[in-house]
Amino acid sequence: MTTTTPASSKAPTEPPVKRRMPRLSINLRQYGIVAALAVIVILFQILTDGRLLLPGNVNNLIQQNAYVLILAIGMVIVIIAGHIDLSVGSVVAMVGAVAAISMNNWGLPWWGAVIVSLVVGAMVGAWQGYWVAFVGIPAFIVTLAGMLIFRGLTLVLLTGGTISGLPAEFTAIGAGWLPSFLGEVAGRDLLTLLLGILTAVALIVFSLRTRATLAKLDLPREPAASMWTKNGIAAIAIIWFAWLLSGYSGTPIILIVLAALILIYNFVLNRTVFGRHVYAMGGNLFAAVMSGVKTKWVNFFIFVNMGVLAGLAGVVSTARAGGAVASAGQNYELDAIAAVFIGGAAVQGGVGTVVGAVVGGLVMGVLNMGLSILSVDAAWQMTIKGLVLLLAVAFDIFNKRRAGGR
Amino acid sequence: MEHSIILRMNNIVKDFNGVKALDGVSLEVTRGQVHGICGENGAGKSTLMKVLSGVYPVGSFDGTIEFEDHEVAYKTINDSEHDGIVIIHQELALSPYLSIAENIFLGNENATRGVIDWNKTNREAALLLARVGLNENPATKILELGVGKQQLVEIAKALSKRVKLLILDEPTAALNDEDSTHLLGLIDHLRTQGITCIIISHKLKEIKRIADTVTVIRDGKTIETIDMKGPDATEAHIIRAMVGRDLNNLFPPREPAVGAEVLRVENWTVHHPVDVARKVVDGASFTVKAGEIVGFAGLMGAGRTELAMSLFGHSYGTNISGQVYKNGTEIHMRTVGEAIQHGFAYATEDRKRYGLNLIGDITVNVSAAALAKLAKYGVIDKHREYKVADSYRQKMNIKAPSVASITGKLSGGNQQKVVLSKWIFSGPDVLILDEPTRGIDVGAKYEIYGIINELAAQGKAVIVISSELPELIGICDRIYAISEGKLTGEVDKADASQETLMHYMTAGKD
Repeated sequence: MTTTTPASSKAPTEPPVKRRMPRLSINLRQYGIVAALAVIVILFQILTDGRLLLPGNVNNLIQQNAYVLILAIGMVIVIIAGHIDLSVGSVVAMVGAVAAISMNNWGLPWWGAVIVSLVVGAMVGAWQGYWVAFVGIPAFIVTLAGMLIFRGLTLVLLTGGTISGLPAEFTAIGAGWLPSFLGEVAGRDLLTLLLGILTAVALIVFSLRTRATLAKLDLPREPAASMWTKNGIAAIAIIWFAWLLSGYSGTPIILIVLAALILIYNFVLNRTVFGRHVYAMGGNLFAAVMSGVKTKWVNFFIFVNMGVLAGLAGVVSTARAGGAVASAGQNYELDAIAAVFIGGAAVQGGVGTVVGAVVGGLVMGVLNMGLSILSVDAAWQMTIKGLVLLLAVAFDIFNKRRAGGR
Repeated sequence: MEHSIILRMNNIVKDFNGVKALDGVSLEVTRGQVHGICGENGAGKSTLMKVLSGVYPVGSFDGTIEFEDHEVAYKTINDSEHDGIVIIHQELALSPYLSIAENIFLGNENATRGVIDWNKTNREAALLLARVGLNENPATKILELGVGKQQLVEIAKALSKRVKLLILDEPTAALNDEDSTHLLGLIDHLRTQGITCIIISHKLKEIKRIADTVTVIRDGKTIETIDMKGPDATEAHIIRAMVGRDLNNLFPPREPAVGAEVLRVENWTVHHPVDVARKVVDGASFTVKAGEIVGFAGLMGAGRTELAMSLFGHSYGTNISGQVYKNGTEIHMRTVGEAIQHGFAYATEDRKRYGLNLIGDITVNVSAAALAKLAKYGVIDKHREYKVADSYRQKMNIKAPSVASITGKLSGGNQQKVVLSKWIFSGPDVLILDEPTRGIDVGAKYEIYGIINELAAQGKAVIVISSELPELIGICDRIYAISEGKLTGEVDKADASQETLMHYMTAGKD
């Protein structure tokens, strides 16, 4: 449109245009939670006399918390769209039972059990998505019902007992490491070190390439100094992390799975039409409808996706536990929801990131581990975690009020 | 009955962030009379009543209010109700899941030490229902009643508070003829019982039938007070007082270049989504040509927005019937997605509620209706998206530091430009703009008119819905008037005057 807007003569009152770093304000929130994680890590490192970051503990941090991180990735999408899912803990237990039965009773190989688990998860998600999206029952109710239904079905499947003695290939998913192809140097796994260095290099190369594209298209980009500081710190942290892991048993298999999930879902939320529709619906559902978003189908797929990830979390936690128990997955939904909100998602929807949710999950994980090392009583651990959740969200609300009240 | 003055409002001035909604309004109401207040949408009628009832507390406006010969200073609605002033708003404020009796005494319960006396409550409620002529069990839940009966419950509630001055804001806007007649009869009856009544209405026939005196408000000022028994008591006179304003150079010049017919709608009928028997749009037929700007004039509740929304992918209403032809071919738009695919765009009346993701930035809002254009295999090209948004920011003169600015923090005019950008980017052939300049300052209005002209110059068919008649006359080639769901008139620009339009807009079903 070659504009004829005659009022462009009024333009001089326009504020001076600054086009660098347009996303600064959003990024600050994201950095805020990363900084909070760093503070908590340093705090517990001091309080535990350096025991928190012993290689074995770092390894356990990943393997113990993998299920929360996987659930948090699905949950952040659910919460951005303005819903909630209370059933994931029960789904984890039920899928675990199905996986164990499929291997021990039906004789499926480990990979067959994984496929069956993901399919069952998807079916659970489709069931819940149908009631939420097409019938219009609030997700809180549907998934509260799901919490009971799937816990009940787990008890039916396991008839009150437990199934153990799962194949080693299966348990390796949750409790195993990549084989040490490249051997060891001074007791450290070379493959792990190499993966760490490669990841750090890939991160920097990727940022530089993005910057070059932005420059070519004459789009705004963050200052070079800020980019180098950010990526420099991240690269050092990654290599240091790899160094710690290499001194234990190497790279946990689940870490590779997690890294892939984070990359994929970060891409889905930031770069795809589906992801944009999720944010649009959470930001203003009516406006999304009036812009032609097929909100029912988007809602349906959000729950199918949550179901698949809950299925994966079921595989992971069953593998780590080495067997299926009817009481598995208790309170997992609360851990995942807490991680998402600590990670900066908004209760009313429209706001949240995959990275934030994962960091929020790690905050909870470090708290758990640090308090355990300090032999803090389980009752107090729970109390402290509750307070942290409350304070994290309160901090966010104060921040928003200050920003909004200018 | 003695004819003393019950209410005097002197020189009321009320401004919202520098915009004067009331600019020296004075009002005198005689005890025991029905006093009508007339004015265009946005003239300040409802604001005046909110000042009177304490919704806007004393101190937030200038001027004085005397009620029953005492100067009053209401801080809350409770203060004014204590004096016997009760306001019944256009949107009824009843709790749907409580019974009639519970609603009547809500906040005013017949209770001793917190324990409610249900026998007394239901007995008194029954007496009040008899007074308003509503033959229902007091234990009936509100959601089982139609709007007309709910209106009567509101009046019964007012009576329970020993009302002296009853204010009704557009009481018949949502009622059918039968309920309206009953309500007007009730107001007549209350008058004989000495209850003074202020009635705000667009329906001049009703005003003429019921009111003893009419005050006309325009642009926040009292224009005229008319004795309805005197010689000036004609609809034409009231209309002239309501609209009499000069058209200055508020509109950018334009040379219309009207082409072939793009849109033809025939016999479009839409029923209310809840009150299914009620026709909200009733057999509307109209056409829009390429490069033409067509206006829809109608008072609030006339069915303008409902017509537009029902066309735009059946976003409103049930039992929709009628035909839509685009470039001579019949089309069907059952979802918003289909409407967009057929080249329709609809910028909603309430941009904050239906138009924008207020917590999102300009970029995501501009691309929201046409993401498919920016995506390949479901992956958005964010660089192109940024460039598109930034180009609209510049072309539309959206005043924001960058396209990463959050839309919720922009001014109304700039928000509207974001909405227009979104729909222009969707590449429509037919644009429906519902109240495109509501709540926007004069300078930004001029810019929006410029954008509308430009769209027409590109050969798009543009429909503008507006409550502001000068605006429609200033920018449209042709104007349809709508009243009670029916198109009651079609006026060319050359013949368009506010008086003619207001005449059609207030035309009843008779």
